[in-house]
Amino acid sequence: MSVHTLRIDEKDVSARAGQTILEAASENGISIPTLCHLEGLSNVGACRLCLVEVAVVGGGTRLAAACVTAAAEEMVIQTDTDRLREYRKMIVELLFAERNHVCSVCVANNHCELQEMAVSQGVDHVRYDYLEPRCDVDLSHPRFGLDHNRCILCTRCVRACDEVEGAHTWDVSGRGTLSRVVTDLNAPWGASETCTSCGKCVMACPTGALFHQSSTVSEMIHERTRLSFLVDAREKKQWHA
Amino acid sequence: MEKNELVSLVEAERASRRPVQVRVCTASACLASRSREVAGRLRSAAGRAGMVDRVDVREVGCLRLCSAGPLVKVEPEGVLYERVGVEQADSIVGAIGGGRAEARIGDPSGPFFARQLPMVLENSGVVEPERIESYLAAGGYGQLDRVLRELTPEEVVEAITRSGLRGRGGAGYPSGLKWATVAKMPPGRKFVICNADEGDPGAFMDRSVLESDPQRVLEGMAIAGYAVGAEQGYVYLRGEHPLTIHRLRLAIDQARRLGVLGSGIFDSRFNFRIDLRIGAGAYVCGEETALMASIEGRRGTPQPRPPYPAQSGLWGSPTLINNVETLANIPAILREGAERFARIGTASSKGTKVFALAGNVCRSGLVEVPMGTSLRTIVEEIGGGAPEGRSIKAVQTGGPSGGCIPASQLDTPVDYESLKALGSIMGSGGMIVMDDRADMVDVARYFMEFCRDESCGKCIPCRAGTVQLHRMLVRIRDGQATRDELHRLERLCEMVKHASLCGLGQAAPSPVLSTLRFFREEYESRLTGG
Repeated sequence: MSVHTLRIDEKDVSARAGQTILEAASENGISIPTLCHLEGLSNVGACRLCLVEVAVVGGGTRLAAACVTAAAEEMVIQTDTDRLREYRKMIVELLFAERNHVCSVCVANNHCELQEMAVSQGVDHVRYDYLEPRCDVDLSHPRFGLDHNRCILCTRCVRACDEVEGAHTWDVSGRGTLSRVVTDLNAPWGASETCTSCGKCVMACPTGALFHQSSTVSEMIHERTRLSFLVDAREKKQWHA
Repeated sequence: MEKNELVSLVEAERASRRPVQVRVCTASACLASRSREVAGRLRSAAGRAGMVDRVDVREVGCLRLCSAGPLVKVEPEGVLYERVGVEQADSIVGAIGGGRAEARIGDPSGPFFARQLPMVLENSGVVEPERIESYLAAGGYGQLDRVLRELTPEEVVEAITRSGLRGRGGAGYPSGLKWATVAKMPPGRKFVICNADEGDPGAFMDRSVLESDPQRVLEGMAIAGYAVGAEQGYVYLRGEHPLTIHRLRLAIDQARRLGVLGSGIFDSRFNFRIDLRIGAGAYVCGEETALMASIEGRRGTPQPRPPYPAQSGLWGSPTLINNVETLANIPAILREGAERFARIGTASSKGTKVFALAGNVCRSGLVEVPMGTSLRTIVEEIGGGAPEGRSIKAVQTGGPSGGCIPASQLDTPVDYESLKALGSIMGSGGMIVMDDRADMVDVARYFMEFCRDESCGKCIPCRAGTVQLHRMLVRIRDGQATRDELHRLERLCEMVKHASLCGLGQAAPSPVLSTLRFFREEYESRLTGG
C-alpha cells in the first residue's frame, strides 16, 4: 500500500493511498469543521464547511472539500485561513437564517452540532434575513419525531438508513431551499412500511430535527458514535468501546 | 438490413424527388404558428393545380429565421417566404415556375443568412427530420460507414484531437482529450451520453438541432462509441420538449430498423444501441454528475468530482458525456478532415458555434457562425440590431451561468477565452439582446431567481445563498437597500461562487458580478442612505 506525504497547516503528515484530506488531518490532530460528515457514513461534500485551501502549481490556491478530496503526494494544504473562516461563518449564518433554529426551545439545546459550530466559528449574529418558513413537525411515529424547523438537510439520516440499516426509508424531496427529508414516498413517518424503527437516523442527526418523543428541551442526546461503532464492528471486526 | 439494400433505399429516395421542392419548416417555433397546416394546404394546392408529379412538399427542420415564421422555402428557385399563412398556400404553389405569390418574400442572401456558416446546421431545413431516408440521401451515416471500414478507434480520437474541437456545452473542454481519456480506460463496459438537457432561459440551439437533424447526433454518438469502445449510448433529454422526444424516438427506431444502429453495424463487428432517458425538468440535471444520477434512477443531484465521468461515470463505468452540438460536429469533422475544420475559427476556438439569438433584436432565430465572429456582427448584422430605433445596451450569453456584455464591448470576438475575460462565458449558445430599456439589476435578479428555483438543495452555499442573494437584489432594485447591503451582496456572491459544490452554484453569481462590473451605477444609484 502506498503512502503519500503532504503538508497540512505547515505540518508534514503522511496519508495512506485513498485517504481523504479530512482523515489525514484528523489522524494528525488537525481538526477541520464538518457537519454533513459522520464517521461510519459515506461522504457527500454537501455542507462545504470542510473546505480547505490547496496550493496549485503556479501559485494561488483552490478550494477543496476535505471530506471528499483524496490526499495526494506533495499537497500543500491550509485549513484555517481568514478566507476559510469567513466562508464557514457565512455558511453557518445561512443555515441559521434558513429555518427556525431557536436553541432555547430546542430538544437538542447543548447537544447540537449546529450550535457548537456557531460557537466554534465565532458566529455572534446573523447577517442574512431570517426566512422563518412554516415547517411541519411529524409526530406520527410512536417513538421518534421529526421537526423540519431544525433540519439542515445534511442527509446523515438518509445515509444512515440506507448504508447502515439498509432500509432506505429516508430520502429528500423537493429542491432548493424547499427540499425536505421524507420517509418513504412522503408518507407520514408512522405510516412508513420500510422503517424498522431502529433509530439510527436519530443517532445520526446533528440537530434537534430527529428526536425521541420522550425528550423535551435540552434532553435529546444523539448517540452519533454508535454508527461508526456498528460499521467498524461489521466491516473491520473491531469492537471498540 | 444489408448494405446493398441501404444503397438501393438511398437511390429510391433520390429518384422519388420531384423537380421542385417546397420545404416547410416544422421546428417548434414555426409549428407553433401553424406551419403543419400550411404544409397540408400546400400539398392540397399542388394536387388541385395538377402539379403533384412536379412539386414535392417536404416537412423539414429549422430554417433558422424563427422570428419570421412560418417559413417556406422553394427549391431550386431559392425563394424564401416569411410569415406564411394557410390562406397564402395556393398563391405560393401558383407562383412556382414564374409569377408572384401573395406572401411576404424574405431575402435568403441577406445578412441574416450571408454572414452565417452552417456546418452543424448544414442539414437543418434541408432534410426531413422524421424520415431517415432523407438523411441517408444527404450522405448521412456515410462517415460512420467509412470510419468503421477505414479507421481504427485510435485514429478517430486522433482526428477529433487534431480538429481542436472543444465542448459546446459551455465549458469548452477539449473534446479529443475527453475521448482519449475514456478510450484509454481498460476495456469493459463503457457508455456514451449525449447531454440534451438544454435548460438555459432563451436557449434553443440543441433542441433545434435535434428537431431538425436528429440522425446526425445519433451518427455522432455511434462514431464516439466506436472511438472510445462503448456499445451503449443514452440521450438525456428534457421532458419539456415533447417534439424533440418524438423525433428522437422516431429517429432511433428508424435507425435500428435499418441496422445503422444495433448489432454488427455496416457488416462490421461494432455494436451500438442508443436509448432515450427523459428528465423530469430539473435544470441541475444538465450537470454531468447529476445527469448520470438521474439516468441511474436516483435523485438528480451533483456529486463531487473527481472521479470524473471519464474514469467512473454511469454505474461506475467510464463514460463519455458530450453536448448535442459537440456530437453534431463529429460527422462534419470526419468528412471535411480535421485540418479543414481547424482552419475555421480562432487559434484556441475552432469551428463554428450555434447561437440562439433572441431578445430585443429585429431578426431572431438560430445562428451558426465561425468562432471569432464579433458579437457586433451577430447582433447588428445578422440580428439587424435593436428594433424601432432603440439602441442595444447589453448582450447576455451563457444564461444563468453567464454574464451581460455591454454594448461598448460588442467588438469582442466570440471564443471561449474572450467571453470569459469579460466575466461571461460562451455557454451552450443562448444569446439574449437587451435594449436601452433593460434594467440590469432586474436582469441579475431574474437569473438569481432562476438559480434559486433550480438549486438542487444539496450544498448550503447554493441552496441558502441564492435565496439570500435574490432577496438582496429585490431590495436593491426597489431602492430599499443601503451601501452596506451592496457589500454584503458582493461578499456573498464571492462565497457562493467559490464554495458551491457544482457548476450551477459556482456560476449562479455570474450575472450579478458581470452587471456589477459593467453597470455598477445602476446598483449604486438606487442605494438609500445609511
